[in-house]
Amino acid sequence: MNSLVNRAKMLLEEKSVNVVIGYEAGTGGTARPAFISESADAEKLIYNEHCVHNLAVYLSKQEVRKMGKIGIVAALPVMRSILMLIAEHQVDPENIVIMGISHDGSLLDIENIQVMKDYISKSDPGNPERYKDKLAELNKLSMEERFEYWQKELSKCIKCYACRQACPMCYCTRCAVEVNQPQWISVKSDISGNMEWHILRAMHLAGRCISCGECGRACPVGIDCHLLTMHLSDQVYKYFRVYAGLSEKMSSVLSTYEPNDKENFII
Amino acid sequence: MSDFEPKVVAFVCNWCTYAGADLTGTSRIKYSSNVKIIRFPCTGRIDFMLLLKAFANGADGIIVSGCHPNDCHYTSGNFHAKRRWIIFRELMDFMGIDMKRITFSWVSAAEGAKWAEVVNNTVMRIRELGPYKSYRDMVNAKVEEEVRNE
Repeated sequence: MNSLVNRAKMLLEEKSVNVVIGYEAGTGGTARPAFISESADAEKLIYNEHCVHNLAVYLSKQEVRKMGKIGIVAALPVMRSILMLIAEHQVDPENIVIMGISHDGSLLDIENIQVMKDYISKSDPGNPERYKDKLAELNKLSMEERFEYWQKELSKCIKCYACRQACPMCYCTRCAVEVNQPQWISVKSDISGNMEWHILRAMHLAGRCISCGECGRACPVGIDCHLLTMHLSDQVYKYFRVYAGLSEKMSSVLSTYEPNDKENFII
Repeated sequence: MSDFEPKVVAFVCNWCTYAGADLTGTSRIKYSSNVKIIRFPCTGRIDFMLLLKAFANGADGIIVSGCHPNDCHYTSGNFHAKRRWIIFRELMDFMGIDMKRITFSWVSAAEGAKWAEVVNNTVMRIRELGPYKSYRDMVNAKVEEEVRNE
């Protein structure tokens, strides 16, 4: 990935960015997120199939905002997250330089938001292919079987909230689970409390989730919690014809409405 | 199951359905007494978590009701609520929570008779479905866990 290293070096040297967020080699052949602020360190940057973290998660953090101009290594899900963060006024588009990565891992020339949008519009905005089978399989089960499945899955949850931490769209400085008046979600781990947490998380991400699957990947006990938000992405498209992260001017699906929204269950 | 009396919690908005339920009473229309009405400023205020808490605390059925579209006291609360319920129902269904147990309706302040009908139909449906045992079992699993930990 020489072009990526060179680009990062150039950006840091000419001071167009103060820091580059990318990936460096981790232990045992893995990759991990890296913050590069010296051009000499740009050599550390890598990009390979292990670079899966959604780096957009850092952009809304207070500490990172203070760093000023930021260069970010962005594959497609990261680009969509960034668009969504701009739409929600969490990221100033003037403050970021996108170092786009294409499907085959080569560096893209993304000069501005419009170019990024055009690139995104060429891809399929739906859920990634690798998750579709599992979603379809769950949808085929009976109601009782689904309840059984989720109880079994969510009983594993240890409420570490890694799913929340890994998600670029979960940026509230005070999450509902850290509030105790009212205490919506019990602190300890129990099945119904765990289920309430995952329902709350999925509902808060409805129409905002860009289906990167980071929540499920971050889960230390292997709960497929990304299926909940991905299912809702499908539903939001089905009812409201909207996918998240395709435009920097999108308003949130659940805080807007159309008077003629169709439903068939209200009597 | 003949001695089963469904517990139904109704989350209603202050301006339409609550007034509508009042009208049911002043019009001396008899309706099922299984319903416990909780008054909210607006359907837009009804958090989905409240519905889950109702089930967790022993409700067998739930009614959510407010002003007809375009009649909201706050102009758009019910439109927002409608979107939220569309998505919420799909999520609940995906997680296997029984949506036949929740009735959504628009009942205006003039529809006292409709309110009686909504409640009676819901109670009848819940009576057929029986107690919401599977949800309560899940909540009780937690209690057993607590006992074991002690």
